[in-house]
Amino acid sequence: MIDHEILRILERDARTSPAQIAVMTGKSEEEVRQAIKHMEESGIIRRYKTVVDWERAGVERVFAFIDVRVSPSRGVGFDDVARRIYKYPEVHSVYLVSGDYDLRVVVEGENMREVAFFVAEKLATLEGVLSTRSSFLLKKYKDDGDVYEEPEQDDRLAVTP
Amino acid sequence: MRSISKIVQSTPPSGIRRFFDIVSTMEDVLSLGVGEPDFDTPWCIREACIYSLERGHTHYTSNYGMLELRRAISESLYKREGLWYDPEKQLLITVGVSEGMDIAMRAVLNPGDEVIIPEPCFVSYQPCVLFAGGKPVPISTCEENGFIVRPEQIRDAVTANTKAILLGYPANPTGAVAPRDILEEIVNIACKFDLFIISDEIYGRLTYEGKHISIPTLPGAYERTILLDGFSKAYAMTGWRIGFAAGPAEVVEAMMKIHQYTIMCAPTMSQFAAIEAIRNADRECEEMVEQYNQRRRVIVKGLNDIGLPCLMPKGAFYVFPSIKRTGLSSDEFCERLLFEEKVAVVPGNAFGKCGEGYIRCSYATSLDKINQALERIARFVSRL
Repeated sequence: MIDHEILRILERDARTSPAQIAVMTGKSEEEVRQAIKHMEESGIIRRYKTVVDWERAGVERVFAFIDVRVSPSRGVGFDDVARRIYKYPEVHSVYLVSGDYDLRVVVEGENMREVAFFVAEKLATLEGVLSTRSSFLLKKYKDDGDVYEEPEQDDRLAVTP
Repeated sequence: MRSISKIVQSTPPSGIRRFFDIVSTMEDVLSLGVGEPDFDTPWCIREACIYSLERGHTHYTSNYGMLELRRAISESLYKREGLWYDPEKQLLITVGVSEGMDIAMRAVLNPGDEVIIPEPCFVSYQPCVLFAGGKPVPISTCEENGFIVRPEQIRDAVTANTKAILLGYPANPTGAVAPRDILEEIVNIACKFDLFIISDEIYGRLTYEGKHISIPTLPGAYERTILLDGFSKAYAMTGWRIGFAAGPAEVVEAMMKIHQYTIMCAPTMSQFAAIEAIRNADRECEEMVEQYNQRRRVIVKGLNDIGLPCLMPKGAFYVFPSIKRTGLSSDEFCERLLFEEKVAVVPGNAFGKCGEGYIRCSYATSLDKINQALERIARFVSRL
């Protein structure tokens, strides 16, 4: 019971109720509840969260993108190094990427010093990490599909044929 | 000053216009009165236009429109409908279906020729016939028949002066989609009496149950049909004013003659945008259609629950609920709803006499706004 349409609706607005989804998709409320339950249990729906513009909420947060070059050794692959990195709560996300570097790590902190300290003390010193390259985030334009600027106004005429 | 043309004088202004003037004096109105998509044009299309401007493509194109665009349209019609139109002779790029409708009428009508028009229908059908010197012959349809014209109504309306039948399915304002058997019978009538069919299929891509039936695909229809379509609704491109006409070469050539003297060519930048739309924006189109479809179900259930019965529209983005049980006229209902609850909908009579007793609600607006508007309409109706 994987229902892509329900997933798209919930991805757009996780608060959409099963009753509303039922009307939107032409299914019964029970069917929708069952499908959601199934997709939650099977890990297709991982969790529900809120997209927050922290800057607007007056909270300063610093993000940095850290490219990490890794030397995998016998018994210690990329996955093991990645795991040791992502266990830190400061780490926002970790990706294995192609190119000059192997891992792309996004680190979050209260200020630049904190992030720099984390990279120097924790990341760079990890076994298997050869080198790092840090870029601090200066401005967020779009994140995970959400545009962080003034929402566009509906400038259509109110009544048209 | 000498008086203006009699035809123009005698044509009433659009019923929508009058209502628009009232709405535009008010603030914070929740509008279900908009006849265009709420989505902005997909970015790839806008970007293609910007690039064309940067490259300096700011000149006239062929009167017919860019051959590249006509070829793209021809391929798309072949792929989608199995229809073959020669891009060199049978396709004309127009300034929206609005221009296509105007020049189609002027190309086929002699003074006094009659055009059969099922109502309720888009506001410009009758004026286009009138401005072309023709005589519109409106036919009333009713809710019981799903606002779909019955073939015998058309047969009864045919006279020695009948020149064409104008069809617009999926329909604005009702969302009606005519089934294949009825369309086939209408085509048979057109064949029997040798009539043109002018088919406005601008909402064709916004069809929710089953596949859109394009009139020229029906037996006997191709050689007498002028197909009018465009980019406004499928690709959310209303402001670009770009559409096309497809039909028999001699008719398209006649239309081109008028177009050549009055328009020259459709805006070049819009033509570049349209090429991109056809080539790369189908996924965006499908995403929009899915959302319209979801909103359609929400608004239909909402209005029926409120006690304003409406049919499930099968296309376009309008519902056409009956307000008869409120005892109000369409105008009264719309004006009071606007003043008392600040919700704008359009009186059904703006689309023909038989639209009286109905209102047109557009669901080309966000789900949030639709739900808010439904709450306000419920409050309004419960007070009556």
